Amino acid sequence: MKQAARDELSGGIAFDPQDTWLEWIASIDHKQIGTMYLAGAFVFFLAGGIEALLMRTQLIVPNNHFLSPEVYNQIFTMHGTTMVFLVLVPMLIGFSTYLVPLMIGANDMAFPRMNALSFWVQIMGGILLYFSFMTGGVNGGAPAAGWFSYAPLSEKAYSLGPGVDYWALGLLAIGVGTLTAAINLVVTIICMRVPGMTIQRLPLFVWMTLVNSVLIVTAMPLLNAALVMLLIDRQLNAHFFNPAGGGAALLWQDVFWAFGHPEVYIMILPAFGIISEVIPVFSGKPIYGYEFVAASTLAIAFLSLAVWAHHMFAVGLGHAFDLFFAGSSMLIAIPTGVKIFNWTSTMWGGRVRFTTAMLFSLGFLVMFTIGGLSGVAVAVVPIDWQVTDTYFVVAHIHYVLFGGAVFALFSGVYYWFPKMSGRLLSEQWGKAHFWLTLIGFNLTFLIQHQLGLLGMPRRVFTYPALPGWETMNMLSTIGAYLLGISVLVFIWNLWISLRHGAVAGDNPWGAWTLEWAVSSPPPERNFARVPPVHGRRPLWDLAHPDRADELVKAKR
Amino acid sequence: MPEYSANASVFHPLSPAASAISALFIGTLIFLAVILALVTFLVIWFIIRFRDRPGAPEPVQTYGWKALEIAWTVIPAACLVVLFIFMAITMHRSDPPVGTRTPDLIVIAHQWWWEAEYLQSGVVAANEIHIPVGRPLLLELRSGDVIHDFWVPQLARKVDVVPGHPNHLWLEASIPGTYLGACAEFCGTEHAWMRIFVVAQAEPEFEQWVRQQLVIPPAPSAEEASKGAAIFQKRTCANCHTIEGTAANQRIGPDLTHLAARRIIAAGAAENTPANLSLWLKDPDIFKPGSHMPNLKLKNDEVRALVAYLETLK
Repeated sequence: MKQAARDELSGGIAFDPQDTWLEWIASIDHKQIGTMYLAGAFVFFLAGGIEALLMRTQLIVPNNHFLSPEVYNQIFTMHGTTMVFLVLVPMLIGFSTYLVPLMIGANDMAFPRMNALSFWVQIMGGILLYFSFMTGGVNGGAPAAGWFSYAPLSEKAYSLGPGVDYWALGLLAIGVGTLTAAINLVVTIICMRVPGMTIQRLPLFVWMTLVNSVLIVTAMPLLNAALVMLLIDRQLNAHFFNPAGGGAALLWQDVFWAFGHPEVYIMILPAFGIISEVIPVFSGKPIYGYEFVAASTLAIAFLSLAVWAHHMFAVGLGHAFDLFFAGSSMLIAIPTGVKIFNWTSTMWGGRVRFTTAMLFSLGFLVMFTIGGLSGVAVAVVPIDWQVTDTYFVVAHIHYVLFGGAVFALFSGVYYWFPKMSGRLLSEQWGKAHFWLTLIGFNLTFLIQHQLGLLGMPRRVFTYPALPGWETMNMLSTIGAYLLGISVLVFIWNLWISLRHGAVAGDNPWGAWTLEWAVSSPPPERNFARVPPVHGRRPLWDLAHPDRADELVKAKR
Repeated sequence: MPEYSANASVFHPLSPAASAISALFIGTLIFLAVILALVTFLVIWFIIRFRDRPGAPEPVQTYGWKALEIAWTVIPAACLVVLFIFMAITMHRSDPPVGTRTPDLIVIAHQWWWEAEYLQSGVVAANEIHIPVGRPLLLELRSGDVIHDFWVPQLARKVDVVPGHPNHLWLEASIPGTYLGACAEFCGTEHAWMRIFVVAQAEPEFEQWVRQQLVIPPAPSAEEASKGAAIFQKRTCANCHTIEGTAANQRIGPDLTHLAARRIIAAGAAENTPANLSLWLKDPDIFKPGSHMPNLKLKNDEVRALVAYLETLK
């Protein structure tokens, strides 16, 4: 912990610097806060994962009585809410908080205290949300209106207990934390870059974090406003979203998805950033088409603000309205495709090293392509009319958010764990982890496309024994158990590697961005001296002064 | 579950509207599969061809090629324009404009069952809609509480049923049969058991069904059944349900005038057999925990009498 903070906290009273718990809790160091973000999000990942396994266990056979419908509905609501707001977003913010200052040659975030505030508010929001499980009573328990809590189901008349209130208050706190974290990242990236680190030389991870943070600042207030309106409806008997009192049920959907669809990109853009760092390093080549990868990110962020009503094709808004949002949703496939082609082309002519980090990135490339393409399918209005609210869509979102975001996160963990801990994760266990994840993931979700096409709606606590449904649901559940085992393998890998892993050294992968110039783990004050930055790959330039990037490009 | 069309797949459409969607869907999937195959092939080819081998030289550092970037921006964009055009055509075909036509049928979604009122004949049905083959009926969809969604995959697109925002849907079947559908929008505790059956019949049989539905069932003559009829009025059953020709005229729960002619009870949670009906009356939670049908703690002989009565309501 920084001396200044120590003094402030202790208020002049004798203070034991060995007290490590207090050191972490009181920390304003971006590396410690980043680590806590990752650890906190991992705990929620386990909670959300257990909820997923409970759901799949309930669905393993038709007409099952393992969970009651009330409990099942709470569990799927909490699974979605947890994975979106308490796992994917905080985990990506955690990586950004840890890595952005290091990558741009800064010693900390622009607002270190606000950084700590963001994290703790976010965690408290998560605890508030989970506390709802302990509110017993007749109408008690966790929220059960789904992660997008459609009104009027989420209104007092149909959700009597306090669950939805906990949901709204928890998300409000999480929203404030996420918003402040994003502002902090934007200011850090704009103001704290080392001389030479121009906007056009930023590592792509930083680029994507910047765009992502701007997107958070744009979209998150919409959610916060919607949540406040919902709370006013529920607590003060207003009727923003209550048609019985003159409100509009569809207003909630408009406001929620105007936030909710940018949110989908908020969960994937930093993952794109991770992929854009990992693939070049393990191909031994700079990213193909840097400018196009960066610019396509901007295009995605911009378009993502105008696609939300593709979640509402079935609500009956009229064909003209549907056509507009279908068009904008299709457009977004173009910059996404540009990225996929650039990542793939980076490997052409390279020297591809199959580390676990690279395997997860390669897995991402194909899995995310599947999710992206099924996304094009559901952007086509008549197809959406058939498959929306079915298991086809469940499969689609999991190919994007698990096959996409989670694969990228695992790639990032294997890539940066040595920097953060000073030790390498075991490659043997890592590869076991990768293959189990890949097989388990596809077994769970590929088949769900077919279930949706056969007419299985999503969010059903049980289903009739229709032909084919039993076998497919059984296989999907087995896949989910495999995924559960893969997470255990990952935890084991973390456990043994933290103790006995090979010592990493400063730059175990031969990478080129600034975080690899400092020791592993980095010192409290990041840089005694920042290496000179003349291009996009400062450490490459340092190692090959005769073949520095800018020289090679100038010669052409 | 009773007999119904076994293959409820969206790729097994049995109406012009659903067929139009299915054709577009298949075309789109083929197009998308080609792209997926291309990307997968390139990834696999590159990682095999350029895998790290001992003694391999350092790769040539390349930074991109603008012409290629433009190509893989413009070509997908052109493909999407084509897709967009096909989409617009299919939207018109699978969901033709309603204009000022009055609906044939009002469908009201409730937590967790469907009510259907035929405007011309005045028939009121629940959870089972009969339609004549080859003649599209216009449905107006209303909600009695939260948002639901009307979906019969083989016959038509899905439409949300939104309170305060009535929607319309053309429902048609090309061949006779029983088609399974469901509520597709999460609507609370028993969302899973909010199924719907669409029974498509040739025109004469459909007319026959309408006439049957309009007959007011006579008061039961058998002893057991008339005991049941009295219990129905005395206990709280009559506070929620309608049976034409009796004092029971409430529409909180399904209209039971022709209950015995239906295939399912509890919106698909069970087949309509005397045994299932007894269980349902004794404890609705057995089939549908959380449903709004209360447990009246009926005695066994009361249940027997009620079932005997309800079985007369053909």
